[in-house]
Amino acid sequence: MEPFVTQTGRAVPLRRSNVDTDQIIPASYLKRVTREGFGDGLFAAWREDPSFVLNQPRYDGATILVADTDFGIGSSREHAVWALLDYGFRAVIAPRFGDIFRTNATKAGLLPVVLPEKTVALLQDAAEADPPASVTVDLAGREVRATGGGLADSLAAAFEIDDYTRWRLMEGLDDIGLTLRHEDAVSAFEASRPGWLPVTQ
Amino acid sequence: MSSAPRTLAEKIWDAHVVRSEQGEPDLLFIDLHLVHEVTSPQAFDGLRAAGRKIRRPDLTIATEDHNVPTTGITGPGVPLTGPDSPVTDPVSRTQVEALRRNAAEFGMRLHPMGDASQGIVHVIGPQLGLTQPGMVIVCGDSHTSTHGAVGALAFGIGTSEVEHVLATQTLPQVKPKTMAVNVSGALPSGVTAKDLILAIIAEIGTGGGQGYIIEYRGEAIRSLSMDGRLTVCNMSIEAGARAGLIAPDEVTFDYLKGRPHAPSGAAWETALEYWRSLPTDEGAAFDREVTIDASVLTPYVTWGTNPGQALPLSDSVPDPASTRDPGAAQRALTYMGLTAGTPLRDIPVDTVFVGSCTNGRISDLRAAADVLRGRRVASGVRMLVVPGSMQVRQLAEEEGLNEVFTAAGAEWRSAGCSMCLGMNPDTLSPGERSASTSNRNFEGRQGKGGRTHLVSPAVAAATAVTGRLTAPADL
Repeated sequence: MEPFVTQTGRAVPLRRSNVDTDQIIPASYLKRVTREGFGDGLFAAWREDPSFVLNQPRYDGATILVADTDFGIGSSREHAVWALLDYGFRAVIAPRFGDIFRTNATKAGLLPVVLPEKTVALLQDAAEADPPASVTVDLAGREVRATGGGLADSLAAAFEIDDYTRWRLMEGLDDIGLTLRHEDAVSAFEASRPGWLPVTQ
Repeated sequence: MSSAPRTLAEKIWDAHVVRSEQGEPDLLFIDLHLVHEVTSPQAFDGLRAAGRKIRRPDLTIATEDHNVPTTGITGPGVPLTGPDSPVTDPVSRTQVEALRRNAAEFGMRLHPMGDASQGIVHVIGPQLGLTQPGMVIVCGDSHTSTHGAVGALAFGIGTSEVEHVLATQTLPQVKPKTMAVNVSGALPSGVTAKDLILAIIAEIGTGGGQGYIIEYRGEAIRSLSMDGRLTVCNMSIEAGARAGLIAPDEVTFDYLKGRPHAPSGAAWETALEYWRSLPTDEGAAFDREVTIDASVLTPYVTWGTNPGQALPLSDSVPDPASTRDPGAAQRALTYMGLTAGTPLRDIPVDTVFVGSCTNGRISDLRAAADVLRGRRVASGVRMLVVPGSMQVRQLAEEEGLNEVFTAAGAEWRSAGCSMCLGMNPDTLSPGERSASTSNRNFEGRQGKGGRTHLVSPAVAAATAVTGRLTAPADL
């Protein structure tokens, strides 16, 4: 995956809670057998509404999505992450994420950032302002910063992310390669498993 | 390993740690990996690109369930291509072909459409006895939580993690917190496992379980059949919890005994001894506890566009201002075409769907058939009954349930995910409204523009009879 260190750009306010992965990428797009090209299906149903935020030219080229709470709930489809990445997003900011979505995001190089609801609302206002704020998601410094967009003062909000996930994202590391370094431990564990456990063949 | 009192989830976790290092996620061993056609092709491509194999094909099993049709399945060997194939969508066909090619190339057991053991991935695992207490089970599907009903730690994963499990039979995981959902009292007659889990989700909210493994406990849980427990654990993800489980007990052991992959003879006794050691120890602490009184519950139905937006069927469409998320409620009412104050019982439906990994097992079909026996599906209403597996279908036919359904005017189908998820031929049309025994009422979940009300199999059947949301007691 592509490493993520810091990202500065235009943010898109998505003022909806409980955005499930069926909305992010409808099931009809899931018949494909590749990882590429899912951007066309991103929020496919909502994008049919001309007033939907992603249809507004002022958000063209945005790289940061700022959503309300419980973003990415529901289906485990990693296609939701692939669709956001393919469309051009590198980070999603929300007060809370669906567990599986958040994990999938960190495996594919999309940074999920948890910030308090009030901060998210401030960022959404600043992203909507004319001219809009410039938003920086700094994984190295574990901080989101915003300037302009009607903000009286520059905004700087720290976010939490565990050291291991941060390191993996910053290095763009493949989890499988990391695990295979411990193949001896896996083999030893396998040798200790009880014989009555089921096998499929 | 600690000698302090531990929860069921902690015991399973501790028994599967391959490697634990300060500041890193634990590396967990995976006892069983379930695979289906939709979330696996890219994972196999990854294996191929890296020159890797499936580390443990003997702990891996695949089925075709999500995108395959549930009509025209003539039996084993039903063709995937040609004029006699039930699969008419070329994109779906390509995906199924990819699974078959991957199964052959990587030595993975596969139950293809038409096969006697084919079915929804979360129905066939327990049915085959592959799902056992104390195991760690994963699948590229969020409803993997279903398998927690037998006392396994089971959770859904994404395609990158599917590839990781295929390659290493392990997963790096951060240990979640634990939540006890204590269900006191007994469920009143006519109130089912589905009503219970809808009530639990309405209480916790769609994000309330985020970061937790839920253990369902208490009298009402102990009294549930295995099918009912599978329904409850299935929808843990709809409360935000990646996993939900129930301690194994005599119900579990009776369910497992004699199944094709359950241990037998001396191995059964050894396994049983281990399984009996699994339940949460007296004095073990949960990070959060929630209590629900089962005795006051009535049939539940969703009114909105997430599973937490549910109310007793006797209630009315809520005023958004009275809900915990007014903005979401207002948007949901607009999408659902509903007006606040309308009695839920007055909502007419076009389609009734009985099936899915939530409610596609034999007990669910029996419950629906009990309501439909001697009655007719209302004129203008379409009813689909889709068994969760071909084995459930066979059992239902032996019991004559299929005749009850067809005599009532319902369609009797072959096994698959069908109308649960809008990626096979069974979908709702824009604006069409369903009463569905599935698990998600998200916008467009059952087809673009479709409107879904989640219900139990008994409520689904009663609704089919009247053409509006109805409990069996109302008939």
